[in-house]
Amino acid sequence: MGWIDDWGVALATFLPALGAIVLLFVPSVQDRTVKLIGTISTFLALVAGILILFRFDYGRSGEIQLEVDTQWIPTIDARYHVGLDGISLPLLELSLLVTFLCAIYLWFHVPEPGKVKAFFILMLLLETGMNGSFVALDLILFFIFWELVLVPMYFMIGVWGGPRREYAAVKFFLYTLFGSVFMLLGFLALYLQAGSFDMLELRSQGIDASRTFQNLVFLGLFLGFAIKVPMWPFHTWLPDAHTEAPTVGSVLLAAILLKMGTYGFVRIAIPILPEAAVDFAPIIGILAVIAIIYGALCCLAQTDLKRLIAFSSVGHMGFVMLGIATLNDAGVNGAIFGMVAHGLITGMLFFIAGSVHERYHTREIGELGGMLARLPRFGTLLTYTAIASLGLPGLAGFWGEALALLGSYQPGAGLDPVLFRILMVGGGIGTILTAGYFLWTLQRVNLGRHPEAARLHPHARIIDVQPLEWWAWAPLLVLILAAGVYPKLVLGVTDGAVQNVLRSFGG
Amino acid sequence: MVNVQQALIFAQEHGETDTAETVLDPGLIGGFVWLVPLLPILSFFVILFFGKRMRDRGHAVGILSIGAGLLISLVSFLELAGGRGTIERSWTWFELGAGDHPLHLEFGMNLDFLTAVMFVVVCTISLLVQIYSVGYMHDDSRYTIFYAMLSLFTGSMLFMVIANSLLQLFVGWELVGVCSYFLIGHYWEEKENSSAAIKAFITNRVGDVSLLFGIWALFTLSGTFNINDINHMAQEGDLGGPLAVVAALLLFGGVVSKSAQFPLYVWLPDAMAGPTPVSALIHAATMVVAGVYLVARMFVFFEHAGGALNVVALIAAITMLLAAVLAIVQDDIKRVLAYSTVSQLGYMVAALGVGAYTAGVFHLFTHAFFKACLFLGAGSVIHAVHSNNLSDMGGLRRYMPHTFRTFIIASLGLAGIFPLAGFFSKDEIIGGALRSASEGDQAVAWVVFGSAIITAFLTAFYMARACIKAFWGEYRGHGTPHESPGSMVTPLWILAVGTLTVGFLGIPVIGPFQDWITVPGHEHHGFSTFYNLVLPVGSVLVALLGIYLGYLIFYRERWRYDILAGPFAWAYRFVENKYFLDDLYLNGIVNPTKGAIARATYWSNQHILDGAVNKVAAGTVGTAQVTYDVLDQQIVDYAVNGAAGITGLTGGILKYIQTGNVQRYAAILFGAVVIFVVLLVLL
Repeated sequence: MGWIDDWGVALATFLPALGAIVLLFVPSVQDRTVKLIGTISTFLALVAGILILFRFDYGRSGEIQLEVDTQWIPTIDARYHVGLDGISLPLLELSLLVTFLCAIYLWFHVPEPGKVKAFFILMLLLETGMNGSFVALDLILFFIFWELVLVPMYFMIGVWGGPRREYAAVKFFLYTLFGSVFMLLGFLALYLQAGSFDMLELRSQGIDASRTFQNLVFLGLFLGFAIKVPMWPFHTWLPDAHTEAPTVGSVLLAAILLKMGTYGFVRIAIPILPEAAVDFAPIIGILAVIAIIYGALCCLAQTDLKRLIAFSSVGHMGFVMLGIATLNDAGVNGAIFGMVAHGLITGMLFFIAGSVHERYHTREIGELGGMLARLPRFGTLLTYTAIASLGLPGLAGFWGEALALLGSYQPGAGLDPVLFRILMVGGGIGTILTAGYFLWTLQRVNLGRHPEAARLHPHARIIDVQPLEWWAWAPLLVLILAAGVYPKLVLGVTDGAVQNVLRSFGG
Repeated sequence: MVNVQQALIFAQEHGETDTAETVLDPGLIGGFVWLVPLLPILSFFVILFFGKRMRDRGHAVGILSIGAGLLISLVSFLELAGGRGTIERSWTWFELGAGDHPLHLEFGMNLDFLTAVMFVVVCTISLLVQIYSVGYMHDDSRYTIFYAMLSLFTGSMLFMVIANSLLQLFVGWELVGVCSYFLIGHYWEEKENSSAAIKAFITNRVGDVSLLFGIWALFTLSGTFNINDINHMAQEGDLGGPLAVVAALLLFGGVVSKSAQFPLYVWLPDAMAGPTPVSALIHAATMVVAGVYLVARMFVFFEHAGGALNVVALIAAITMLLAAVLAIVQDDIKRVLAYSTVSQLGYMVAALGVGAYTAGVFHLFTHAFFKACLFLGAGSVIHAVHSNNLSDMGGLRRYMPHTFRTFIIASLGLAGIFPLAGFFSKDEIIGGALRSASEGDQAVAWVVFGSAIITAFLTAFYMARACIKAFWGEYRGHGTPHESPGSMVTPLWILAVGTLTVGFLGIPVIGPFQDWITVPGHEHHGFSTFYNLVLPVGSVLVALLGIYLGYLIFYRERWRYDILAGPFAWAYRFVENKYFLDDLYLNGIVNPTKGAIARATYWSNQHILDGAVNKVAAGTVGTAQVTYDVLDQQIVDYAVNGAAGITGLTGGILKYIQTGNVQRYAAILFGAVVIFVVLLVLL
């Protein structure tokens, strides 16, 4: 099993891309073969991920493990440097799992206009980009993976999306690209100042430059990451992208892509520029709480189920950002827990919202109702996931929010406790509003009476949860419960790494 | 026995052993009381996944698990009474951070008399409710899920009661809330019912957030979530200052919503939308007493947190009076009982507020019996007449002899007539308030005392009204009412017998209850030593007066007086509209948030934030156009070719996708990435 130490990370990252290359040589008419090869690729990557879980030393989760560091582009000192610690491991595993489940789901339903092969190739490329982002320890490598993600998602939305797909796809692409330009400028500035693209080296040697310089660099990184998260007020691409994207696209977007932004803060911006982080934390915290309340209020105004869930993401990512802004153990651990929980729960919510559309051919909340009576299993899943999303203890949604709020009560050194306690109260109001819109949505979609046959879409196909859907969803449903009952599942891994990140603050 | 030994060793290693109260002799069964919450929780999963396949549709699993829980509770209670010590055991849930402020979170169990009394109450009521529901819910289409939820509801409450850490308590607390949401909204075909469920959950969420913040504040102050440690620290005077007061008030914020105190009691009367057995469970055992339990559990801390207890007592005094007045004007029999519960919860909380700790817990205990009996009795009546309204009842004593007798016993118990259960507990509260008032010379205790006396009168009055309207006179409903089946009547009689007897456990001086529930951190006995004959005789007279007045007005109909025509019409309308509190919340907060504020926010999102983005995009395109027309066309002509090339490439990709020629598309994609990398290298 020693070979996993050297090759595990690379396998988990590049096996999907390899699968994409293999798929190029399969005739597109052979749907089954295409699906089989695509699914096997994601499965093999997941197996690599599981082997990594066995090799990972949880006692040293604060250190980078399974590290590989070789020369790559010598002219600019860019290196192929990858590895995992307790922060990246859960996110990598999440990405591997969710993509595999998406592949299973595609057996049940391929969005219009078909073209399974193209869809699979794009999804596999996307997976390589996502996985790579979470394992890269070199800024240039990170940037490549980061940008690699954009292209497949652009086409997923632009080709397989809803009526306004072109607008949504272009908006998603350009907005994110706009942010990443500033991020790249930040990376280059770091390189010019410190002479390295290596995240670990930059972190250990620190940036020996004026506070203004550090803040400017942080601002660049902030723009790149904040747009990706997305933080208020940079979030407006998200509802459009989510609403138009096909089911699998929405799931991957919510479950994994958004995490790349928050991960960037924890992995790059904060540990490398700790002083600037202290300057920016209050701003991040304020924007985060605005996002929580603003997102919840927008949810209350939605009539489209998918758009509602998209706005709920804005609020939930607000909790993650609030946790990060606290710069203490509870908050940052809560943030990472929140990322994983949001990946599981909102991923599941988008699966459900997509499936509602595939069944009813509408997502208008006003045209739905009584789903629990007509589709008891499906309705139960929606209830379960919504309840998890509103932060019920015992399910995954609780711990991230609770720890972020606890972190705000007593924020890290150098931060104003009064401000953060106000933010905590704001977050608390947000949890009430969140409960409000989710229960209201359940009331309108799940409860009451089912619309009569005459009022349904002519192509509506009202069927309860199908076997393949069970396979694709069961792991998420189980993990939502497991992480809620036994949060150590995540926190036991993240804590060491978070302590390491926060060491930059003398904590 | 090996297991017990191991448990002992485990407890010694992991338990908090620094307090004198922790005696490590769990007895035969005490070490296993964690099974009491665990069994119903497991039963929830069993019923949920397999219930529909069972011949009985799942109720046997629920009843057996809670029956086993009751057995364990009783044995462990007897062991405690036999002199075994209290037990605390805990396991690590997770740990975060290092250095000065590690976050160490445990879950565990805390077994003392308070836990044991609560266990007996919760298990007894839940068992009877589940037996009763076999008959009551027989024709329900969602019978199985109903039983699953009853199990989880009970299990969550027990999980909360056994908690030795505040965060565990919070988890149980919220789970109780969500179960109540499902059970209140059981008949969700009607929007009214699901709205009531949402109202219950959201109102409780408000308090839950307050409670959570209180827990955070307390953790920051004390560095621990452990309840016994916090109480111990408070006892030693280590937790003081304004932050302790704030923490105590925040905790109490949770109590205000969960235990339906003013001004957040509005959800409880609406919670009547659920099936009647659920109402019995909510009102007697598994939900609303959670807040009372929290204050009792954290009593030492509350006592040492500045004037926090005065606030507690004052709110409770207001609550008991306001709710009792509301109970008089209700036509729905369940709403009469609901406001009665709010009022009685006021008694319990007020008792704790004035330091009459034992009396408060004792009232929780006795109230569970007669209130569960009243609700199940009301359910039996509703089952027979198919209406909740008193105006559709009348003369039922002839048709439903068992329901009638048990209902009257429970009503007398609630009214506090000697020698029924409510008499003993209520009297202790009034006595405790008087003692506190005269000893401590505290204005708040006088308020509680006065409010308690008036409320005792009102309680007797509104119960007399309800009983007379339901059971005397002529039947005003449809069809012929009939007595309910044995599975429903038996629990009624068990509870009625309980109402007749459990009060004697708390007879002053000789009753054992005061030896069980002693005021933590105090030397003296739980019950008031300030005891003479004036008080009990006086309070019974007050209650009898209330019943007599009810008799005169509603039976003899002495005064036929149209209050709406009189000078107090405004007061009547004020009460009839529930002091406009519901309207204030609905029209002042909920509807604007859901409506105008949400729409305005979304409008700003679409037109301001997103508008700006679109403007920037349009501006960029416009600038590009100008650049192209002016700069490019006229100055750098040769670059046009390049631009054309890029446009062609983009168009090409889209064309390939649309024609389905994916190989070429993918090749281009890879090519693009390669070009990108090369560009980077050249940079």
